[in-house]
Amino acid sequence: MTSFIIRRLIQTGIVITLLSFFCYLLMTLMPGDPVDLMISANPNITSEDIERLRALYGLDQPVLVRYWNWVSTILSGDLGYSRTYRVPVQELMGPRLINTFILSAAALLVSILIALPLGILAALKKGTRLDYSINMFAFTGISIPSFWLAIVLIIVFAIWIPLFPASGTRTVGVDLSFGELLFDRIRYLVLPVLSLSLMSIGTFVRFTRSAMIEAMANDYIRTARAKGLSWPRIIVIHGFRNALIPLITILALSFSGLFSGAIITETVFSYQGVGSLVYESIISNDFNVAMVAFMISVSMVLIFNLLADILYGVADPRISYS
Amino acid sequence: MSQTETKNQSGTNRDIVVSVRNLETTFHTKVGPIKAVNGVSYDIARGETLGIVGESGCGKSVTSYSLMQLIEHPGEISGGEVILGGQDLLKLSENEMQEMRGGKMAMIFQEPMTALNPVLTVGYQMNEQIIKHMKVDEKEARERAIEMLKLVGIPSPEQRYENYPHQLSGGMRQRAMIAMALSCNPEFLIADEPTTALDVTIQAQILELIQSLQERFNMTVQFITHDLGVISEIADRVMVMYAGTTCEMAETQKLLTSPLHPYTAALIRSIPKFGSRVEKLETIEGSVPSLFELPKGCPFQNRCPNVSDKCKESKPPLEEKRPGHQVACFHPVNL
Repeated sequence: MTSFIIRRLIQTGIVITLLSFFCYLLMTLMPGDPVDLMISANPNITSEDIERLRALYGLDQPVLVRYWNWVSTILSGDLGYSRTYRVPVQELMGPRLINTFILSAAALLVSILIALPLGILAALKKGTRLDYSINMFAFTGISIPSFWLAIVLIIVFAIWIPLFPASGTRTVGVDLSFGELLFDRIRYLVLPVLSLSLMSIGTFVRFTRSAMIEAMANDYIRTARAKGLSWPRIIVIHGFRNALIPLITILALSFSGLFSGAIITETVFSYQGVGSLVYESIISNDFNVAMVAFMISVSMVLIFNLLADILYGVADPRISYS
Repeated sequence: MSQTETKNQSGTNRDIVVSVRNLETTFHTKVGPIKAVNGVSYDIARGETLGIVGESGCGKSVTSYSLMQLIEHPGEISGGEVILGGQDLLKLSENEMQEMRGGKMAMIFQEPMTALNPVLTVGYQMNEQIIKHMKVDEKEARERAIEMLKLVGIPSPEQRYENYPHQLSGGMRQRAMIAMALSCNPEFLIADEPTTALDVTIQAQILELIQSLQERFNMTVQFITHDLGVISEIADRVMVMYAGTTCEMAETQKLLTSPLHPYTAALIRSIPKFGSRVEKLETIEGSVPSLFELPKGCPFQNRCPNVSDKCKESKPPLEEKRPGHQVACFHPVNL
């Protein structure tokens, strides 16, 4: 198991390195560079200045050299400087990353807490009206576009019934104690979390339902019944415990979207997350910000895939990595 | 516990443990209801093994599941009585039935490969049953489980207790299933083709094991199989089923040497004999009628050599045609 994890970590490292190079390459293929932005901002700039600036920022170097420069800076712990915002990338992205993480994690938690019981219930009541209603709800969740839902939620719960703030991350300009701040943040989170979770609830319900139906059809469920076990025990220990194995993949991959999955929702709710930042940085050739965002997304997917593989081994004793 | 001392027709005293009366199990399919078990009655005495034989789909497994009340939707036990130790199990609530299953009555299944939960250890799966029925703590349950594993002849039981099912061979798994089924001292054991999925040498070992444990605990056993060879080894009495009904019931020796029902006779003829070379194995012409379109009268009429108009008119009742030998046929053979 340990050697498997080490081997996979090395592989993951190699994949991240390769992907970082391709991302960098793609960024340089985009038309324009930061100096072009300066040119458009200042019509009086001379061609000597342009040459000088290009040399200063190292933009006249070949791609490989520039990539190497970027890698060595990153590895030294310096994420670089955002040319659009004129602050170091750490300072710019740090708090926003945390905000996005809070939003996505809350949405994921809510989705799991609602979807797993619903999926199990639908599986156990397969073919009944309850099952059809739950499926209907799931498909509605999957089909509704999140931007539309976000706007409807704002209209209903912020304007018609003003229960929650329409947009923002927290109340600004007030000093709050920790408890008050927590409550305040939660109030601001409710609507974005709702609009973000509905779709994943739909997906999770569908997956849980099919995994659970499959698990409950196994012979060992009949054995468990023949042993006189109670229904809750049969469902949880014998049914769900086995349904969990296929669910691990889908759950782990959803976790990998924690830092990148909420661009639209963040925009509609003016939530101070990384979503809009990433989009802007690509449009405005803000290389350093964009590259860090790419690297976070790539690493999350790879790390959670690795985690899923490890969890398989834990959940299913038949899988051995030795 | 009340036990019914009855005299059977042959006059010997039998201590009846299980008594099934007019059991009917119906499956409500989309095409319409079908009776997979249609009015089956039998008794099994203490320490006795009743073998139930028949082709696939004759209702032998459904009968066993009905006794355990493990029939699932859209199936339903639609009539009859199942009396165990003087109590009609069909009148019990689901909770009371849970106390029975795995406690007073236990069942072992055909496929030891899939009948155990792959993600839980053998020990865990044994423990949960022992804790439920014997009301003991985990430590005592572990001792009991290991004792049972030892009893069924599993080497190094302490280690096997910690193993997952996939770490055991097929024969080992069936032994573990038997250990599990017997862990709470059941009075009545239902074995649903427990040796069908095993190879012949393992099959013989498992049969021997079941027999020795039965003698040791004076257990009542209902043994389901389609293999007449297995039946002759293990059963005291045999019930032959066809299309959801009983066609013949007698002591094993009587039934195998002088069957009364043409179906049983044909079944016995179709066993290949050791050492004799034949061009073609004996078969029974035709096939089992679909339960959807059972003919009026005897269900075996379309394949029976002795068929008469009477067979097509009314269904022959199960009657004692010889002492201790019941048959449902108007024109029995060998009489």
